[in-house]
Amino acid sequence: MKAKVHVMLKKGVLDPQGEAVRHALGALGFSGVEGVRVGKEIELELAESDPARAEEMVREMCEKLLANTVIETYRVEIEP
Amino acid sequence: MKAAVIVFPGSNCDRDLADAFERASGRRPAMVWHKETEIPAGTDIVGIPGGFSFGDYLRCGAIAARSPIARAIVDFARRGGMVIGICNGFQVLTETGLLPGALMRNAGLKFICRTEPLIVETTDSPFTRNYARGEEIRIPIAHHDGNYQVSEAELAALRDADRIAFTYAHNPNGSVGSIAGVLSENRRVLGMMPHPERRVDPAQGGTDGLRLFTSIVDALAPA
Amino acid sequence: MQEPKITDEIVAAHGLKPDEYQRILDLLGREPTFTELGIFSAMWNEHCSYKSSKKWLRTLPTEGPQVIQGPGENAGVVDIGDGQAVVFKMESHNHPSYIEPYQGAATGVGGILRDVFTMGARPIAAMDALSFGEPDHPRTPRLVHGVVEGIGGYGNCFGVPNVGGETRFHAAYNGNCLVNAFAAGLADTDKIFYSAASGVGMPVVYLGAKTGRDGVGGATMASAEFDETIEEKRPTVQVGDPFTEKRLLEACLELMETGAVISIQDMGAAGLTCSAVEMGDKGDLGIRLDLDRVPVREEGMTAYEMMLSESQERMLMVLNPEKEDVARQIFEKWDLDFAVVGETIAEDRFLVFHGNELKADLPLKALSGEAPEYDRPWVEPPAPAPLGEVPEVDPVDALRILLGSPNYAWKGWIWEQYDTSVMADTLRGPGLGAGLVRVHGTDKVLAFTADCTPRYVAANPVEGGRQAVAEAFRNLVAAGARPLATTDNLNFGNPEKPEIMGQFVGAIKGIGEACRALDMPIVSGNVSLYNETDGEPILPTPTIGAVGLVAHIDEVIGALPEDGQIALLVGETAGHLGQSALLAEVFNREEGDAPPVDLEAERRNGEFVLENRELVAAATDLSDGGLALAAFEMAEAAGIGVTIDADGSTAFLFGEDQGRYLLAAGFDQAEALMVRAAEAGVPIRAVGRFGGDTVRLGEAEAPLAELSDIYRNTFARLFGDP
Repeated sequence: MKAKVHVMLKKGVLDPQGEAVRHALGALGFSGVEGVRVGKEIELELAESDPARAEEMVREMCEKLLANTVIETYRVEIEP
Repeated sequence: MKAAVIVFPGSNCDRDLADAFERASGRRPAMVWHKETEIPAGTDIVGIPGGFSFGDYLRCGAIAARSPIARAIVDFARRGGMVIGICNGFQVLTETGLLPGALMRNAGLKFICRTEPLIVETTDSPFTRNYARGEEIRIPIAHHDGNYQVSEAELAALRDADRIAFTYAHNPNGSVGSIAGVLSENRRVLGMMPHPERRVDPAQGGTDGLRLFTSIVDALAPA
Repeated sequence: MQEPKITDEIVAAHGLKPDEYQRILDLLGREPTFTELGIFSAMWNEHCSYKSSKKWLRTLPTEGPQVIQGPGENAGVVDIGDGQAVVFKMESHNHPSYIEPYQGAATGVGGILRDVFTMGARPIAAMDALSFGEPDHPRTPRLVHGVVEGIGGYGNCFGVPNVGGETRFHAAYNGNCLVNAFAAGLADTDKIFYSAASGVGMPVVYLGAKTGRDGVGGATMASAEFDETIEEKRPTVQVGDPFTEKRLLEACLELMETGAVISIQDMGAAGLTCSAVEMGDKGDLGIRLDLDRVPVREEGMTAYEMMLSESQERMLMVLNPEKEDVARQIFEKWDLDFAVVGETIAEDRFLVFHGNELKADLPLKALSGEAPEYDRPWVEPPAPAPLGEVPEVDPVDALRILLGSPNYAWKGWIWEQYDTSVMADTLRGPGLGAGLVRVHGTDKVLAFTADCTPRYVAANPVEGGRQAVAEAFRNLVAAGARPLATTDNLNFGNPEKPEIMGQFVGAIKGIGEACRALDMPIVSGNVSLYNETDGEPILPTPTIGAVGLVAHIDEVIGALPEDGQIALLVGETAGHLGQSALLAEVFNREEGDAPPVDLEAERRNGEFVLENRELVAAATDLSDGGLALAAFEMAEAAGIGVTIDADGSTAFLFGEDQGRYLLAAGFDQAEALMVRAAEAGVPIRAVGRFGGDTVRLGEAEAPLAELSDIYRNTFARLFGDP
């Protein structure tokens, strides 16, 4: 089964990348963009077929590797 | 020779590039701020320096390629103007579409700074005429995203048209065909990852980069 | 918003001892507000007040004809002639790097660069001295990768060449890594900017990035139970933005050209608090701040949070009011925030307004002047175990072991991740002794080095302190540079333990003696205490950053010997093996005293090398690993072999006696050097020659290629391909 992990900087952590993109959008004439946050999406192909077990495993991967929990949060999506 | 060096807020090789142009030509280039909309009248060559133009957070060179000056550079090049983009400047040139391909994260995923041997693949360009074909030169690289990628068809086209200017003797970053620098179709736009402006004085450990700049001066000299 | 009531727990969470809190009560004659308590805690913590170290720091030599500005400003300033000055400092970012290695190291680099350009100097060189735990400790690889990438990520983008540093691994750093970042910049002596405010009613201007809750201390957490939005208030790790820093550099230098800057101070730890107090204190003025005008990037920030925020890439400036428009335009050009947030006042007050409320009303001078100062009890640290017998070793086998240790292996794995040649003035990057950077557009060359041998300091703090300075001196001399001045980054454990305080006191004594004897005054520095985890302190690590000047590029001494040149050993060799690399790496023993440093001999031998540089083809200093390691490193860098056949004994090849250099010279030059050394009373001895493709030590030998392979691949073997 497939899993998707979305990793974002925690609220309140400075996102220099988002700031740079927001500025550039303004310069290109897109007005009214008040905030941009840039994250990562990671797709995993899993042998596990039980959604609950898969989710548990992916969460562990996030804690141990995929996200830097000091500054990032993550969200896991399991696709059948 | 009248050169213009583009300055983005995060450029950090602009002074070095201007110094190299001046050393070769005796004339100080104009420094052109990214918010300008025109290349100064009478400019013979535009240099896009290395650095991190706008922080390079999204994709290297992506935001710079959409700046006001980038449109002017594209117009200048389309009118037959000479443009050299070094390191970040090369990334900007691929993002504007003036050069084919894209520069991805180095294969080893780390920033690499060291002096690399390069092979001069063609002398048929205003940038390389003072080298010998097949000559090995030593030029520093300093980049995180120098892994040049083009499709197989494009690679074949580049080869057929002798548009590969430099290759790495020992591919440091995963670039397809070990490509370190490519020319535009009219051969008047060059993009390269290595930094020739850091090898123009014996004190820097060699002068292999200086001949690139004297090539430009000679190419522009009245016949 | 209602501020929490001050309780004993809150006071403790702010790191204030009961007697320190009593001092605050006495000073104010009332209970402080929550914001005021935060301000006191920021000003009176160890980092800001140097309360444990001040007494001893005062004993260091800080003056000399070359010194334009000693400690006390953002960075030290040293004259290099022709109306130019080098501005430099070294600072630690140890704890943040252990928590989040990439951002911790990156913001450490950002902070030190800001210290330098706040003074009006364009940064031209950076170095980093790193200490990690054992390579096989579970945390070490992540720290190594993260710290190195963070240093590179910030410095490379900013565009300053990294030209040197050092890296060590030792179990004592398992729970506390050290990241000591050095930066140097170049300025004209008549365009140096200082932090002392002047003039009443002058606008106080906020520059740079917006303020968030970055790094707002754990104290907020302890007090957040008063607030249901605890998750939102969680303190966050500071994130560095080198692109903003680069713009801040350019904007500040442009602004300084206009005459708009009266004084300027970078915002580091507890940015707004420390910078405002510093400027007022030095200028004998009060400061009034209106926090409603501070650019913020998060909603609902309290006065407390704004005053303690450690958001990066910010500056505070006192502005010449006539130039406000010019200044504003420059900051708009660079897309940076510019806001008048307060003014200087005649009264000795620090007034902080927020939401039309007075959140703090404090005597400004007392915030720094009345900070506690301790004369902490100290004892002589216990003597190290006596040096037992050291068996003779096969020198090439011993060398193989050293080369296979990350302490002595080639460090290119690290510095190839740093841009070492941006600005196009690097003459010698990392890995060959001192880094050399040409003063742009001149024939002058600056030399940079960072040194410390913590094993020595642990065994004998006074000798260890002397040795760190002496080694820095030798590294500069070996490149042909005349040493100018020093910055010290003093990393120690908990100063409340008398034996740790004893290490500190001893090291300062040794550093002070050596700086005096070698004419290298301390012009800036930083103290990092409490580097302990579970009661286990780090090895005492007083990193010495030093800067030297080569008057003309032609006077640089080379680093690479050529085939056929003679290897000459300058200085006395007694064969000191106590606390040596050989003992630690080959026998896993840390015994004996540190090698004694004869400062007179250091000076004499250094002068000899400098005075005879035209005869010397290449030079290196001898430090840990002794003659064998120095000879190998020098030859390997040149891609040739070396034979050391004067004496094959372990003590001769691996002894770590001080005051020594290894020189390479042609035959005639070597002869001349020996004659001149005899005249000058400097011990010198021909110990072998460079060349071939074999490394021979006494009777033992191995192909250069085999040893080179070990040397160059140790890091990749331990930490993966770069």
